Amino acid sequence: MPDLVWLIPVLPLAGFLTLALLGGRLKAGVVAAVGCGSVGLSMAAVLMLLAGFIHAPPPTFSYSRTLWTWFAAGGLAPGIGFYLDGLSLVMVMVITVVGFLIHLYSVRFMEGDEGYARFFAYMNLFVGAMLILVLADNLLLLYLGWEGVGLCSYLLIGFWYREAANTRAAIKAFVVTRIGDTALVIGLFLLASGLGTLQIQEIALRVGRLWAPGSLAASAAAALLLGGAVGKSAQLPLQTWLPDAMAGPTPVSALIHAATMVTAGVYLIARMHPLFMHAPDVLLVVALIGSLTLLVAGASALVQKDIKRVLAYSTMSQVGYMFLALGVGAWSAAIFHFVTHAFFKALLFLSAGVVIQALDNEHDIFRMGGLKKTLPIAFWTFLIGAASLSALPFVTAGFYSKELILRAAWLSARGGAWLWIAGVAGAFLTSIYSFRVVFVAFLGPDRTIARKTPVSMTLPLVVLALFSIGAGLLPAIFGGLTRLALPAGPAVPVGIEVQAIAALIPVLGIAAAALLYRGRPAYAAALARRPLVAALHGFLLSGWGFDRLYQALVVGPFLRLARINRGDFIDLPFRALAWTCGLGSKMLVATQSGKVRWYVMGIALGGAVFIAMVVFL
Amino acid sequence: MISQVPFEHGMIFAGVLFFLGLAGVLARRDAVFILLSLEIMLNAAGLAFVVAGARFAAPDGQVMFLFVLGVAAAEVSLGLALVLWLYHWQRNVDIDNARSLRG
Repeated sequence: MPDLVWLIPVLPLAGFLTLALLGGRLKAGVVAAVGCGSVGLSMAAVLMLLAGFIHAPPPTFSYSRTLWTWFAAGGLAPGIGFYLDGLSLVMVMVITVVGFLIHLYSVRFMEGDEGYARFFAYMNLFVGAMLILVLADNLLLLYLGWEGVGLCSYLLIGFWYREAANTRAAIKAFVVTRIGDTALVIGLFLLASGLGTLQIQEIALRVGRLWAPGSLAASAAAALLLGGAVGKSAQLPLQTWLPDAMAGPTPVSALIHAATMVTAGVYLIARMHPLFMHAPDVLLVVALIGSLTLLVAGASALVQKDIKRVLAYSTMSQVGYMFLALGVGAWSAAIFHFVTHAFFKALLFLSAGVVIQALDNEHDIFRMGGLKKTLPIAFWTFLIGAASLSALPFVTAGFYSKELILRAAWLSARGGAWLWIAGVAGAFLTSIYSFRVVFVAFLGPDRTIARKTPVSMTLPLVVLALFSIGAGLLPAIFGGLTRLALPAGPAVPVGIEVQAIAALIPVLGIAAAALLYRGRPAYAAALARRPLVAALHGFLLSGWGFDRLYQALVVGPFLRLARINRGDFIDLPFRALAWTCGLGSKMLVATQSGKVRWYVMGIALGGAVFIAMVVFL
Repeated sequence: MISQVPFEHGMIFAGVLFFLGLAGVLARRDAVFILLSLEIMLNAAGLAFVVAGARFAAPDGQVMFLFVLGVAAAEVSLGLALVLWLYHWQRNVDIDNARSLRG
């Protein structure tokens, strides 16, 4: 049964190949069937494996299979091999289930688009690459999936390539994540040279034997891997690509944010936890990055007008929570939050997509309003998603996962209280910005006329809404699964007041949002007009000015350098060589005059010179 | 009898013949005369072979002369064909008129 593990990534890749090679000639219905079917079959394979895993777990609680050796060179022989344990099982389950629902939703969402087959081909490749990433048993194969995910994000963000802004956003996403990828690949070199292997399980064994805890080598390798994770997961300081990535179609945003791409960094750190536990300083940096990002992104989400940008910043913020959890050693809490986040974030994006499409591509929440009556399903599902995102106590899945993270932050040995305060403040911001969207866009005065939504688009919404509520009950199943793969966090009980604050904060946030945007919208508008507040507003709207900062510090100087070197001075010797050859050719061409007697003269002189050389030299 | 002609004289005579022929090839524009001059050059080379063969008392020189004769015959047959073709084309046998063939 576990022999089928190779089917999981292969099915979407086969779907990609079919659509890429034949897509243009297939009917839309066939394209949709191949696109959804490949991911659906992959999901079925995962669910069968999951059932088998729970019913009759393998003796080591893990299963690995190497299909063949990729290449063997210099003592390094990475294989095309898959490793399935609790962690990767949870990951593939979320990726395929959420991925499948998003594909199903896209069937109608993308209907009539001229790149219909191209869209599904890229989406399949995206899911396939992500599955390779999480199933890989060595870091090199993981890196293949990692790059595949990066490539697909580029292709899909720039899917509507006729608008220059979209392609710019795609290039930005690609280049910014590439900075992280470069760090990651250097980290891989370091691991390969220091530990002599790239097999993940082997690294886990050898790192304890060969590297002392906190040693420079371990810290450097962990820091470089963290660099890669920061790039892919859009954490400070490489977070700027994510808000612009909203240029892609909405299902793409859902896929990037919920199931693939941004969670790759979280997975990488969780998977490499033995290495990170050997570098406690880096682990603290992980927690700091996470808590800073969740605050920075949360504050930015407060003022965004574009509904998708609100969600984009909220993803950064929630992935920040996952980093915080990883940083304080709450490995399975991070993965649990990844799962709940995948469900409610996909839900939020998809219902936002319904709204955007029903309103003829309207993104501005202040031009929406009163959608509760016209789009009831979108309203209720968005409300459930927002409640889960805000971690509304007891009824939502988000509450359980966030509560675990905050508890672990409180208990962490280094900077516990500060990390906890950051997390709680972030939770407060989260509930304000998510319910701001609910109050402004869905309630409030009716401003729009909306179209009907097809059933195949609402079905994924309903399923995801059920998961967003019910997934809180999953720790029972999933804790069991991840506990086998990840070390357990501290099991010390925390004070009731700590838990009470964590539970009350979302309610307070929702109340504040209700007061500002529902009760007294005029007051909020007046407040926004004050110069100081307006300046702050603009600052937050631009994402804390990071784009301008990078423009001034990196992009501008680089472009100036490129302009100076427009002639490419390294190329000069080669161009001189080419020029000399051209000159020689011209001179030789001139000697071909067509005058036979000149040729004879040339032969005679040449012969004379040759004989002279023989005689005199 | 051959041995009575000194080797140097034979070689000098061959050299003089060769340069006479070369001068003819260079100076003449008439294709027939150029062929004629080429013939003189070939014969100069042949003479040099024969003289050298006599000097070393080897038959190779005379054998080589037979080869030179063969080459000369082939060259003349080709050359005359070209001259005829040139005449058909240009109505004269001025070699400089074939300049446009340089491609």
